Amino acid sequence: MSDPSTVFACDETLQELRAGLERVHEMVGAALARFGFDEGAAFAIRLALEEAIVNGFRHGNRNDPNKVVFFRARIDDKAASFEIEDQGPGFDPKAIPDPTDQFNIEMPSGRGVMLIKAYMTDAEYIPPGNKLRMTYRKPQAT
Amino acid sequence: MAASPNHISVRKIDGITRIDFVNRNILDELNIHEINVQLMKVAESEFRPKIVIVFRNVEHLSSAAFGVLVALKSRMDSRDGQLRLCEIQPKIREAFAITKLDRILPIHDTYDAAVASLS
Repeated sequence: MSDPSTVFACDETLQELRAGLERVHEMVGAALARFGFDEGAAFAIRLALEEAIVNGFRHGNRNDPNKVVFFRARIDDKAASFEIEDQGPGFDPKAIPDPTDQFNIEMPSGRGVMLIKAYMTDAEYIPPGNKLRMTYRKPQAT
Repeated sequence: MAASPNHISVRKIDGITRIDFVNRNILDELNIHEINVQLMKVAESEFRPKIVIVFRNVEHLSSAAFGVLVALKSRMDSRDGQLRLCEIQPKIREAFAITKLDRILPIHDTYDAAVASLS
């Protein structure tokens, strides 16, 4: 069993987007502060989590009120790791058009996955694509 | 039904509409729909609108906010309007750069610089 003084871990079932986001932001925000993640890290992680959870409900679960999103987190003084899993069929992240392409730049949506990959140290969609595993690692001191 | 809270404050100064966000952390998934409605209302309130949006209070935003800004720009273009953004915190400005939206949404350091860029 994890020692809560050296690691924060949680395994939550998010029933609904709004309440789920609020809960996650509150829990993770507190844990990041406790383990010394700076403002830049907190910003990056919050943004990536929001994109991931919204995608899970809106795109993965297609806004089906009977479907949930599973959220798991593990945070210590070196890294913050997360798993976000929806109950949808999955998707191919490579099929998302590049939102920075000149033909796509004025699209109203489609930037979430790109932002997740830009801000997290690692981000991987596990086949069939309904589970996202991502990690933010604190920079190593030189 | 309760009225939506005002997320933006709108002031007309010398023919330019200045928009400030009322709260911090405002441009997230939980508020963006209401913000979109309020911004579009401003864009449609006159022909050839000149709008400067001040981001001083914004500490967080989501990709949905980018979608709203892009849609606002399209609406402004259709009304021969001009849109400028200003006083964006560095970490948020970085997100504009990552998404390359700083190429289509003019960003300035200060409100005065944004106003000076309007024709």
